[in-house]
Amino acid sequence: MTETRGILAYGTHVPYHRLDRAAITGVMGSGGGRGCRAVASFDQDTTTMGVEAARQALGTGASSGPTPDALWFSTVAPAYLDKTNATTVHAALQLDAAVPALDLGGAVRSAAGALRAALTGPGRTLVVASDLRVGLPTSADEADGGDAAAAILTGSSADGPLLADYLGGASATAEFLDRWRTPGDATSSTWEERFGEQAYGPLLDRAWAAALADTGLAADGIDTAIVTGLHGRAVRRLGGRLGVAIADDLADTVGNSGAAHPTLLLAHTLDTADAGQVVALVVLADGAEVLLFQTTGALAAGRPSRSVAAQIADRVDVAYPTYLSWRGLLEVEPPNRPAPNRPSASASLRRSEWKYGFVGSRDATTGITHLPPSRVGIDGGAVDDMEPAPMADTGGTIATFTVDRLAYSPSPPIVFAVVDFDGGGRMPVELTDVDPAEVAVGDRVAMTFRRLHTADGIHNYFWKARPVRG
Amino acid sequence: MASHGILDRVAIVGMGCTPFREHWDLSLDDLLVDAAGLAFDSAGVTKDELDAYWFGTSQSAASGISLATPLRLTGKPVTRVENYCATGSEALRQACYAVASGAYDSAMAIGAEKVKDGGYQGLNAFPIPTDGTNRTLTAAAMFSLILPAYAERYGVDEDELRRVVARIAEKNHYNGARNPLAQFRRETSADAICEMPAIAGRLSVFDCAGVADGAAAAIVVRAEDAHRYTDTPLYLKALSLVAGNGGGLIDPDYDFTTLPECAAAATDAYAQAGISDPRAELALAEVHDCFTPTELVLMEDLGFCDPGTAWRDVLDGTFDLDGDLPVNTDGGLKSFGHPVGASGLRMHYEAWIQLRDEAPEERRIDRRGRTKALIHNLGGYPGEMLSFVGIVGTELD
Repeated sequence: MTETRGILAYGTHVPYHRLDRAAITGVMGSGGGRGCRAVASFDQDTTTMGVEAARQALGTGASSGPTPDALWFSTVAPAYLDKTNATTVHAALQLDAAVPALDLGGAVRSAAGALRAALTGPGRTLVVASDLRVGLPTSADEADGGDAAAAILTGSSADGPLLADYLGGASATAEFLDRWRTPGDATSSTWEERFGEQAYGPLLDRAWAAALADTGLAADGIDTAIVTGLHGRAVRRLGGRLGVAIADDLADTVGNSGAAHPTLLLAHTLDTADAGQVVALVVLADGAEVLLFQTTGALAAGRPSRSVAAQIADRVDVAYPTYLSWRGLLEVEPPNRPAPNRPSASASLRRSEWKYGFVGSRDATTGITHLPPSRVGIDGGAVDDMEPAPMADTGGTIATFTVDRLAYSPSPPIVFAVVDFDGGGRMPVELTDVDPAEVAVGDRVAMTFRRLHTADGIHNYFWKARPVRG
Repeated sequence: MASHGILDRVAIVGMGCTPFREHWDLSLDDLLVDAAGLAFDSAGVTKDELDAYWFGTSQSAASGISLATPLRLTGKPVTRVENYCATGSEALRQACYAVASGAYDSAMAIGAEKVKDGGYQGLNAFPIPTDGTNRTLTAAAMFSLILPAYAERYGVDEDELRRVVARIAEKNHYNGARNPLAQFRRETSADAICEMPAIAGRLSVFDCAGVADGAAAAIVVRAEDAHRYTDTPLYLKALSLVAGNGGGLIDPDYDFTTLPECAAAATDAYAQAGISDPRAELALAEVHDCFTPTELVLMEDLGFCDPGTAWRDVLDGTFDLDGDLPVNTDGGLKSFGHPVGASGLRMHYEAWIQLRDEAPEERRIDRRGRTKALIHNLGGYPGEMLSFVGIVGTELD
């Protein structure tokens, strides 16, 4: 029997904030639309959202499964150029140095291509797709876009139970100007809409037919088609002619998350699919990608802890001007405090496990957890008698807190809490995705990887705590 | 652990203190020349007659050269000292120990801070390269954690406790209004402070120390030489310093209702000075009221009240100018202002003039025969703090 390849695990991240599209119209008099879009907080970027999705995919504690032997990170909005962003994800996940971490960037298409390459190639590859969609005020991209990340661990049935088998697929490629962005620009431009629809048609037809031929399936053997791409008109019209039930595209609740969207929609489908369902993933981006999956009996037990639907439901509205300031489209007066220092590269490397992995130390004799890690214990005084204490996946409880309206923040005020971690360990830590008026002593929190600030072009990544709701 | 102290071996024979202000027209050098000059005149000495100098500044300058240059000292040992907001007291501690050791017969401790040239409000830390994971919380926010913790532990209504600490600010403004050197010389009411918008936790701007430029200086000599300079020297009874190890921030048992480093320094200081009942024996206390809740819990940590009872004593006026134990008779950090490196020496300056009955009449305390004063000066935050406690007195024990 030949080895089957497919999906070993998946995870997603939909940020907490939503922009009500009507709010755009309310301020600008045009633009906007119905529903809402997901918005990355001021302390998130594609890297941090990718970390959250990847953490979910790899699971924690008892639910953790196979580990990746490669990490591919794909985004159209990289936090860095020249320097790899996947290495940050790699560090946050505390993967072994022997696991290569690579960026596959530039175009929305790269993410779908990364997924195909991982499914058809060897080994266990964690494919993380993340996107932060920005458009000029009142533009369709602004309203239609959404910020999110999704991760899929690909592998073979020999690595563990597959949640969905990869049945096969096909690709079609062509050079044409549908949309484009010059490096350095924050937003994209598009050609006349009708042209794109006309260009995508034959490419989809060709890839669809080839995918069916590759898998021996007929259209009526496919339960659900996920059709996505940034060309809304082509996606709507061409998807309709496949003759297959089309999955919800989350346009009204998340928006189109670009590079992340194919993986996010696939995850959303897997969140509720029964065993044995055949799912087509169709991506229109500078051509067409068709990937066919069949869910397995392992899916029900292998889903991540938070479904896409649960994350969609866990939300708070962000005011439109605040959203604009978070994206740098509306410059507001900074706090009258000195801007923070850039983090030191050498100090960051020395403390990589702490800074990126949130690994403290635990005194082997007294059991006291030290956050940050310490060579000497606060009790007993033994030197270098410490074991690593990974705390990123440990929940905590707010012992006390305060709201700081003076401290520098890209989006004041800062809410700071003294958090007591389950099983021991305490740390004063900044809260995020939080309403200062709703914090209470005793609230439960979970750690989340964030970008504290950027100085001299250096992003300062570290961990914050976020309230666990519901 | 031995902490023998230097009871009655060193005396302060001269002091000086500049006004604490937003001194837009004075440089750090100006402040140093002014404060040193006042101290030289007070002791009747010249700069060349002193053997050594300790210069405390937190962030305004580096090295002893920064004092030797404006004063044009020649051939003198000059040491720059830094220990957070306790820098001024630390300069004095070093100078006193040097004299007590016999290495020098006389020395100056001078502290100064020029904070208003930075272009930002508040105090701002000197940036040290790090991995970027340090807390960015302000001191106000860290100290604001005391209020809800204290309210919960001792069952005090949070609104009432908020009024209690506003009452501390009211008292310190009352005292500062009677002090020509103080930065803020306007009285304010607890009611008005309670109405103000919060900036950190429930604290308003009026719960925070004033931010000012300033300098203060002391001249110390061997106790046996003191009367060559003045008829009314102050003898050093105790000098204690405790630096915490930061454990409070990661210790789940720490509850933010006490400042253990301050309590430990007080215990050590009382042992050095032979004080058993501080509330009855001290004529006054100058304490580090960087934020109003700090002064509240210090009354307990310094042994003036039992734990959980200071809030009642505050309301009863125990620490008012005419109270049982006047605290911060010069207005404290709250009203006098807080030029970091100078504050510890400013506190000693108030002890200098009150114990010698030289304070302005409108805030001169009735010492009722008491001859000692306590000076408490801290740096850092709850959980991560260092504390100085010193005691001075007019009589030899």
